[in-house]
Amino acid sequence: MATITRSTITNVLAKQGILIAFVLFIIGFGLANSRFLAVDNVLGVIRSSAILGVIALGVTFVVISGNLDLSVGSMMSFSTIVVLDLHDKLGPLMAIPAMFALTMCLGAFIGFLVGYLKLNSLIVTLGMLSAIHGLTLTWSGGKNMDIADKQGTWFGIFGRGDVLGIPVPILFFALLAIVLSILLARTPFGRKVYAVGGNGTAATFSGIPRARIVFLSYVISSFCVACAGLLQASRSLGSQNTVGQGLELEVLAAVILGGASLLGGAGTVFKTVIGVLILGFIQNGLLLVGLAFYVQYVVTWVIIILAVWLDIAAKRGRFLSPIA
Amino acid sequence: MTEGTPALRLSGIVKTFPGVRALDDVSFDVMPGEVHALLGENGAGKSTLMKVLAGIHQPNEGDIFIEEQKVVMRSPLDAKAKGVVLIHQELSLAEELSAAENIYLGELPTKSFGRVDWATLHEKSGAILERLKCSFGPRTIVGDLSIANMQMVEIARALTVDAKAVIFDEPTASLTDAEKVVLFDIIRDLKARGVGIVYISHRMDEIFTISDRISVLRDGSYRGTLMTAVTNEEEVTKLMIGRSLDLTRNVQPAEMGDVAIAVQGLSCGKMFQDISFEVRTGEVLGFYGLVGAGRTEIAETLFGLRTPSAGQILIDGEVVKINSPMDAIRMGISLVPESRKEQGLVLGMNCKDNMTLPQVGDLTAGPFVSDGAEIAIFDQYRDKLAIKTPGWREKVGNLSGGNQQKIVIGKWLSMRPRVLIVDEPTRGIDVGSKSEIHALIRDLAKQGYAVIVISSEMPEVLQVSDRIVAMFHGRLMRIFSSQEVTEDSLVQAISGLNTDRVA
Repeated sequence: MATITRSTITNVLAKQGILIAFVLFIIGFGLANSRFLAVDNVLGVIRSSAILGVIALGVTFVVISGNLDLSVGSMMSFSTIVVLDLHDKLGPLMAIPAMFALTMCLGAFIGFLVGYLKLNSLIVTLGMLSAIHGLTLTWSGGKNMDIADKQGTWFGIFGRGDVLGIPVPILFFALLAIVLSILLARTPFGRKVYAVGGNGTAATFSGIPRARIVFLSYVISSFCVACAGLLQASRSLGSQNTVGQGLELEVLAAVILGGASLLGGAGTVFKTVIGVLILGFIQNGLLLVGLAFYVQYVVTWVIIILAVWLDIAAKRGRFLSPIA
Repeated sequence: MTEGTPALRLSGIVKTFPGVRALDDVSFDVMPGEVHALLGENGAGKSTLMKVLAGIHQPNEGDIFIEEQKVVMRSPLDAKAKGVVLIHQELSLAEELSAAENIYLGELPTKSFGRVDWATLHEKSGAILERLKCSFGPRTIVGDLSIANMQMVEIARALTVDAKAVIFDEPTASLTDAEKVVLFDIIRDLKARGVGIVYISHRMDEIFTISDRISVLRDGSYRGTLMTAVTNEEEVTKLMIGRSLDLTRNVQPAEMGDVAIAVQGLSCGKMFQDISFEVRTGEVLGFYGLVGAGRTEIAETLFGLRTPSAGQILIDGEVVKINSPMDAIRMGISLVPESRKEQGLVLGMNCKDNMTLPQVGDLTAGPFVSDGAEIAIFDQYRDKLAIKTPGWREKVGNLSGGNQQKIVIGKWLSMRPRVLIVDEPTRGIDVGSKSEIHALIRDLAKQGYAVIVISSEMPEVLQVSDRIVAMFHGRLMRIFSSQEVTEDSLVQAISGLNTDRVA
């Protein structure tokens, strides 16, 4: 009986560890501070996590296919600057598709290098992080980008509007999460993403076009980055060149926190959403408890490491292991 | 040989993992100067027992004795220090380092300030390599060695200590017949020095060649020990699988149809040259040769993974270009690859997803994958191939080797190919599943598939093939019919001794 109970617990922990941690965390902070679970606070947290979340949805595809994308932060700066600049030059109706096209070209280029030329994704996207930043500065001439007539445009609805009391960024995030979740979990393409990340050689031996799948995962990632850029630009109607700086690591943290394997082949869109929310609520909770924001950096990191370790330990069935 | 003090003795070992009792009250011993073979089907508990012996796992109950002294082995290094060494099935060498560094890995001799004492290192490891009659020196980078020589390095590691017991886990899995002979000499040499040898293998012929006693495990418990000299294969097999096994070797002549695939003058760089053969529907064509003879490369070329440098491939009499596995699949060619785990399966995926992987794009309802269509295919081939699995949700990595291989075969059969290429169909698979897979291959030919079987095991090739292609160094030496082939002529052909080419 004792062994059955223990193995069942280990099993549940291994599968739902992150979700359980999340619930415990919410309960803990909810007890510590009554404001934490107030509707406006919850909506506020999700809303401010939405941009990070939208990017994380795309990066989930890249990570499951067995690669990394460190260029997303810098790419989001690019999207934001470009759409703001084109807003005044082409009008918002043309600026948005033009920005999506340009951003997705960047994604396609990375996908080409990693997928078809089989270059290491860490090197390629680390390089692109810096190259795209250069591109952004070239585009803007290094200046901040602002929409001239902030009152007279409808462009703000994506970042600032709400429908039935729910902020548009949250709806955007939710809708995209549902669509991408279906794409990953229910379509042949999604299945192939898992196969390529789980065992690329076996995927090739099963007639799956590995290069094309990797390529498409980067295109999806860049599409999500473009969405995030749109939300960011629409919310602020003006931006610095470095608006997305450092986002790539937070995004990666959220994806890993959600339980996607850095080795590829495992993870889900739903789990990534949980990872994003955990990160958002941790930062909010610490703020409400009254910790200075620089302490948050450290605490956030500790919690991520803890979560990942618990996850691995539960899978191994022991806390310290001499072999991986 | 079985009297006196055992070099190593286990008593009442129990090892449990969450939900599994992997070893249940197992006792086992090996005498100095004895080769004690350990046999069992996959999942019988051999690897767990071996890991307990080598200090990788700690038993929940039971004791371990070295020369009747009770010991606890906390780690492989601890076990080694106490005189028990494990030689892994899968090589665990640092390929960038030299043979000497690998041999003393973790225990490099040092001078003051922790500097490596290279002179001593090379001298000591050189002496060991010499004792093993190795053709390479201690400074050779391991990555440059052949698999067989890497195994020698692995064995040399065992000899750095005054080993009382050495455990060989499937040591011949990647060795050619000639290399096996060398390995057996080494084992006999160790034996003569009074070392106790535990020999784990699936290969019955080897066990009867080398062992003194045979112990059998089944379902985690001890089933008995037989003296090799007075037992036979049937008796051992019966103990192992709990029933007797049909060891027929005769192949009934197949009813052949038209030529399904023909290859004319096919070459691929240095891999293979000027290969011509044809396979008819209903026929099994065996490919036999040493590791590196170019057999796998031919299969990979037919499957679109390699581009031929010359020659042509004809399917149903028409010349075709096969540029990718997608092309090959479209033309009805399927490949069950050599390495099940690396090339055949996505181990983290479930059984159903693995089986339907090549055709998942066609099993749809609207834009979505149809679970119903997938499960129907899985159920059909699970029943047809008698795959033992708790259900389609089970991760394929949790199945035994034989059932994993059946998943790979099912994956391709469900595509209804015309030509099925099977590369090393039973590598690392237990005896029971092996004969099932052989029967399956014969049956597939009868159903009208054109089958190509590549194997390094002569009994296997003889058992399943209608005709046998002998290859040597990338060249087709001869094609034998099953009536005319003899073991001698086959061995000669694949060793390059018989240069008369009869196609």
